[in-house]
Amino acid sequence: MSQAHEASLTEHGGHGDDHAHDHHPFHQHHFATMEQQFDASKIGMWLFLATEILLFGGLFVGFGIMQSKHSAAFIAGHHHLDWQMGALNTCFLLISSFTMVMAVWAASNNRNGNKQGILVTNLLLTLGFAGGFMVVKYFEYSHKIHDGLLPGKFFHYTGPDLVPNMFVFFSFYFMMTGLHGFHVLGGMGAITYLIIRSLKGDYTSDYFTPVDLIGLYWHLVDLIWIYLFPLLYLIS
Amino acid sequence: MSTHSETMAHGHQEHTHEHGWKGYLYILLILLVLTIITVSASRVDFGSSTANVVIAMTIATIKASLVALFFMHLKDDKPINGLIFVSTLLFLAVFLGFCLVDAESRFDTRPGTYKGPVDQVAEPLKNVDAPVAPAAAAPAAAPAAGEHGAAKH
Repeated sequence: MSQAHEASLTEHGGHGDDHAHDHHPFHQHHFATMEQQFDASKIGMWLFLATEILLFGGLFVGFGIMQSKHSAAFIAGHHHLDWQMGALNTCFLLISSFTMVMAVWAASNNRNGNKQGILVTNLLLTLGFAGGFMVVKYFEYSHKIHDGLLPGKFFHYTGPDLVPNMFVFFSFYFMMTGLHGFHVLGGMGAITYLIIRSLKGDYTSDYFTPVDLIGLYWHLVDLIWIYLFPLLYLIS
Repeated sequence: MSTHSETMAHGHQEHTHEHGWKGYLYILLILLVLTIITVSASRVDFGSSTANVVIAMTIATIKASLVALFFMHLKDDKPINGLIFVSTLLFLAVFLGFCLVDAESRFDTRPGTYKGPVDQVAEPLKNVDAPVAPAAAAPAAAPAAGEHGAAKH
């Protein structure tokens, strides 16, 4: 990717009103150029993603410690998860990441609206796969709730394979997948916003920052699930 | 930061992605194949559970790298964004590493206020606090309390 950040800075130094001739409606006045605006937004998004990684990181660290303390309980708990559901959800998120990156590709190449259809279609597909993920999640959660496999003090499972401290596993299961699920829901809201603005024709090769940034967020949600899936569903 | 000569030439029209979209499709296919490999590898016993964990996490890291490099464009992006990402992972590694090392030096990972069952192994079929467990400040549940009596306070 060649972004004209440095170039535009040097050009800008020479003639102050350089950016006036192509003033874009989404160009905010405190940025010298659209490129500077794009790069600044992108760095901000990456810093936000860094805090997200550390947020989930705390849960992963707790998971690691508690698994080493209560490995029998974690293995027994993990047998209550349906790996096929988890694998299906992994595929949903991976494909939605692909459609999201296709939306970013379409937006960044959208000149005179020639990629408008691809952009909207891919955003709708991303939203659809995210919805599919949440539907699978709903079935998984209702099964756990029905069995009493709940976090902490709400745990009231009484099956034959009950192991002491199994509730610790389900505390982590619900907190990690729950926090991730809220991120998916938030992402769905953000993608809906992108669809509405895309339909208005706001995103072109000159300005597609929101598509790019929400795309980054969506890939991070996918990335976290890539670790959650084997840790929760497959480790035995 | 280095100034690329082609940056000058392309100007601001080329924000991203000179390449076509097919590369993304190949990445998706690789990711799906790696998912199948992860599931199959979890079925195989590699000698110890640690080995299985290491293999699963290695595959997950390969998948995550593909997502970060290609879908999140870190491969062609400005170095500062990759630097933010990698340094975050570095701090996460410090966090994880030191906590796991430290965990070995502790008896009890319960918070001081926690009243429920945690560290007992005596009664395999009941989710109760063991009478020998060092009770927290609160009055501990009677040993014969219900299956999660202590947690019910």
